[in-house]
Amino acid sequence: MVERKTSGRIVFNIINYAFLVLIALCCILPMWHILMASISSPAMVEISNGLILWPLGKPSLNGYRYLAGYPKIWRGYKHTLFYVSGQCVISGFLTLIAGYVLSRKRFRYRNVLAGFISFTMLFHGGMIPTYMVVRNLHLLDTYWAMLIPGAMSVFYIIIMRTAIQEIPDSLEESARIDGAGELTILFRIILPLCKATFAVIILFVAVGKWNEWFSALLYLNKEEKYPLQMILRDILINMQTINNGSEVSADALNEQMQLYKVLMRYCSIVVSTLPILCIYPFVQKYFVSGVMVGSIKG
Amino acid sequence: MKVFHNIAQDFRRNKVIYFLCIPIVLWYVIFCYMPMGGIVIAFQNFTPARGISGSPWVGAEHFIRFFTGPYAWRLIRNTFMLSLLDLLFNFPAPIIFALLLNEVYCKTFKKTIQTISYMPYFISLVVLCGIVVDFTKSGGVISSAVAAITGSTPQNLLGNVRYFRTIYTVSSIWQGLGYGSIIYIAALSGVDTEMYEAATIDGAGRWKQTLHITLPSISSTIIIMLIMKMGSMLNVGSEKVLLLYSPAIYETADVISSYVYRNGFETYNYSFSTAVGLFNSVVNTALLLTANTVCKKHTETSLF
Repeated sequence: MVERKTSGRIVFNIINYAFLVLIALCCILPMWHILMASISSPAMVEISNGLILWPLGKPSLNGYRYLAGYPKIWRGYKHTLFYVSGQCVISGFLTLIAGYVLSRKRFRYRNVLAGFISFTMLFHGGMIPTYMVVRNLHLLDTYWAMLIPGAMSVFYIIIMRTAIQEIPDSLEESARIDGAGELTILFRIILPLCKATFAVIILFVAVGKWNEWFSALLYLNKEEKYPLQMILRDILINMQTINNGSEVSADALNEQMQLYKVLMRYCSIVVSTLPILCIYPFVQKYFVSGVMVGSIKG
Repeated sequence: MKVFHNIAQDFRRNKVIYFLCIPIVLWYVIFCYMPMGGIVIAFQNFTPARGISGSPWVGAEHFIRFFTGPYAWRLIRNTFMLSLLDLLFNFPAPIIFALLLNEVYCKTFKKTIQTISYMPYFISLVVLCGIVVDFTKSGGVISSAVAAITGSTPQNLLGNVRYFRTIYTVSSIWQGLGYGSIIYIAALSGVDTEMYEAATIDGAGRWKQTLHITLPSISSTIIIMLIMKMGSMLNVGSEKVLLLYSPAIYETADVISSYVYRNGFETYNYSFSTAVGLFNSVVNTALLLTANTVCKKHTETSLF
């Protein structure tokens, strides 16, 4: 591209670069503040009212030590990992076969089925009728309630179908001549050829599941199956006072620990978010390609 | 009879495909079409014990109660205002961000800024709201800064009716700016560079080039995104509102979907809640179809 160095252009460039750096700082600073607050001295965090750019007082991991003794958050973590992996398996399988079926040219009613599926994007039953269905199926308070009602999305199915349609028919035909059945073609030929798209869909499903809390609020009444986000909601939003279950005696050590309750909120944010923030720079290119695939056939 | 014959013939040819369809069709019937049928409880006095067949029919009573009740106007206004603010600020922000990034020639700088800007998207909604609560509490980072600038005493901003919309919109921009720009950045990279060269020779400056080449090139992407946004105008996510609001600020914060949630799951007015939800989905569908038709007529770009 031709770049002309007029004085106006230079001024624009300086302002533009400065503005973009400012945006980047805005994106980082809140998380940095929380990370620093989580290793600060709790008494100083209490009275501080500005951005914490450096640990206040002597840096320590006592907040995390306190959090380690709080079983709910680890149980939530375990459940979330279970829900994420379960959802990836269920949604991945269903989306794959839906995309496959809809892309079969020899299947005469594929467009009828596509219409049947797409209509749900236009109109849906709403919160209460869906809840009633889940309730009537006796799924409330089961692990299935977290996995089945959100198993498929029209959007992912369309992405999957588009990817499968791009595979040349000749590959499938030659396999058929060699005696391959429908399932062999699906898993041995189609899946390996569109595994990039499949991986992107799985990634979207996984991140969506990791963030999900609302279906737990609707479908789980008891705390023992709560995912991590619900536990975080109790800590961060409902300001649930954290009791780690240990007998509270009046000794000095315990008083010290009581002080660290202040840091709990920051520590729980760090513990639940930092793993994702460390991974995302490496998987972001898949997200970018996912957004692109989706936009072609929005 | 001909239809049945055709289906039977097709079935014989594609047995496995029909078998694979079973879970898909079943799932859609159970989790999408059965709830659609379940909407009839909006016209009943439904109780789970009596079921749909045993509950008495009341016609449009719940709709009348909603529209003549004290909250209808407040809910519609709040929902609409949050959507409008979203459309005015949250929609153009990623486009502007993408255009500004497009003016950067240093690849490493561009890539770094882009990667950093995606970060807030990977913070979960619950944690985002937790951060918002912490920053806007009395003595929080943002509350203190606001107090210092306006010279007032620090207060809990989330407890104040006047600030909810700002907090809601700004936090949405913060989370979605970078991620939302991906699609525009990609569209921008597809613009033919020869057009810029030709324009430069013709004496057009960067501003003119942006106006006459860059924007028209990405306009179809913008329109598609706009239609999708229009379709969800009244679909303000109850999730974020439910996490951020409190009874003290219902005046500006309560939206239709949060009202549906409260009526359904806190006071168990299932029928009334379904009626309000139905009103919401009907308006949504109408908006989506209207936006799509208007765009089809004027720009040849449409969703379907």
